[in-house]
Amino acid sequence: MDKMLHLSVSPHTHCGRSTSSIMLDVIIALLPATIAGVVIFGLNALLVVAVCVAACVGFEYLFNLIAKKEQTIGDYSAIVTGLLLGLNLPATTPIWQCVIGALFAIVVVKCLFGGLGYNFVNPAITARVLMLVSFASVAAPAFPAGVDAAAGATPLVQLANGESFDLLTLLLGNHGGAVGETCAIALILGFLYLLARDVISWEIPVSFIGSVFVFSFLMEGDAMKALALTLSGGLLLGAIFMATDYVTSPTTPAGKLIFGLGCGLLTFLIRYFGSYPEGVSFAILIMNLVVPYIDKLTKHRIYGGKKA
Amino acid sequence: MSKNNNLSIVTKGILKENPVFVLVLGTCPTLAVTNNVFGAFGMGIAAMIVLICSNMLISALRKVIPDSVRIPSYIVIIAGFVTIVQMLVQAFLPDLDKLLGVYLPLIVVNCIILGRAEMFAGKNTVGKSALDGVGMGIGFTFALVSMAIVREVLGAASFAGIAIPFLEPYKISFLVKAPGGLLVYGVLIALVYIITNGKAPKKRSFSCEGCPSRATCNPSACGGEKEEA
Repeated sequence: MDKMLHLSVSPHTHCGRSTSSIMLDVIIALLPATIAGVVIFGLNALLVVAVCVAACVGFEYLFNLIAKKEQTIGDYSAIVTGLLLGLNLPATTPIWQCVIGALFAIVVVKCLFGGLGYNFVNPAITARVLMLVSFASVAAPAFPAGVDAAAGATPLVQLANGESFDLLTLLLGNHGGAVGETCAIALILGFLYLLARDVISWEIPVSFIGSVFVFSFLMEGDAMKALALTLSGGLLLGAIFMATDYVTSPTTPAGKLIFGLGCGLLTFLIRYFGSYPEGVSFAILIMNLVVPYIDKLTKHRIYGGKKA
Repeated sequence: MSKNNNLSIVTKGILKENPVFVLVLGTCPTLAVTNNVFGAFGMGIAAMIVLICSNMLISALRKVIPDSVRIPSYIVIIAGFVTIVQMLVQAFLPDLDKLLGVYLPLIVVNCIILGRAEMFAGKNTVGKSALDGVGMGIGFTFALVSMAIVREVLGAASFAGIAIPFLEPYKISFLVKAPGGLLVYGVLIALVYIITNGKAPKKRSFSCEGCPSRATCNPSACGGEKEEA
């Protein structure tokens, strides 16, 4: 038997990676931010995240059942979408709004376009934008216990008003905002894990965050303030976990740099000149739409082929 | 198509050949005025009146109008009726006029009216054209009102401007905005497709007669004459 030749088509080696193993890595990378969010905002934050995850998985299961498609919840991508959606919402979001967001993310944005790999925008970010323009409770941030909520402003708003903000508070995340966006240390920990596991490459987060820092510095002329602006709002969460979504980001390194730069520029423009205090979600959503063009522009030239 | 009896000319406009959900014509007013049931109903009726009148007049004049200038002629006839309807609305229903704004005079370029003139009134008798106008008008009104009900009740927690208090905390204001209109539109097109069992006529079965670009058309490019018997 072992003398028989074993014939198969290429590729002949496989690194053992699958969609589910990558998604599992992303979930692990999001855990620090989730735990930090629950510690900062209390059990309500856990409820929001859990409802989002359960609703996303449930809707994907139901859609596949009704549409008589192969069941795809085993690739964990619905869990990632639900986790990201939950982390992008304030802890005070009513449960029914979480369910509507999950319904929109999974059924409309993902499944109706053909499932994972065919969605042309990031499901979690699109659902967040939908909820942002629909529900006042999502636009208004939640505040951790013990923090003066009467001030009624996130660091981003306070910075825009010319007040200073403590860098340590920003790093630890003990301030107003969405569940998973406040604790910078936890997010950076997740980023390092994803880099070490080679799940994402550095280009998009670095060019996204870097360009926001540079633009803020040019605007403010103060490095500390620019750093505070970079660490506040949903920038880290968006740049590390949402902008790097494989399906909705460019494939070439040069394309990724352009994509990150575009996201950073749009975020900066919306923060300074738009009517919303934060522009990360809108920036990623808009840049998602131009990804096919970026891919076309930055296509690798075949060695020896004609110059494009 | 000419074999159809008079009743089916009317009924086909309501679901089977619904101008909005199946033919996908008149999309601009559909998206623009359907965030309020009152406005949607008014728009539907106004367009229906124009549609019936212009269908009848165009049908009556179909042997007089030279083929090469038929589109400008149709537009002039339609614009005349739109002006009449607009003046009437301004005189007797100023609220509706304020609600519809620029979309009322824009009925002139409503694709449904010009489309029916091209596809139907230009080659059928006056009576049949009037019935076609009634059917398509009902279909248009039905489409606008059903979209407006979904959008206004879920998006603004009101019906024709009357507030529904128990829905107030649960409204999804996204739905009354433009992207919400496109979303509801898409879902309803899918629903109509399911209801009609996917048997709604395909583009080809309208025959090349009704196609505005038939003079310059390359029949093999668009699937062509072969479907036409």
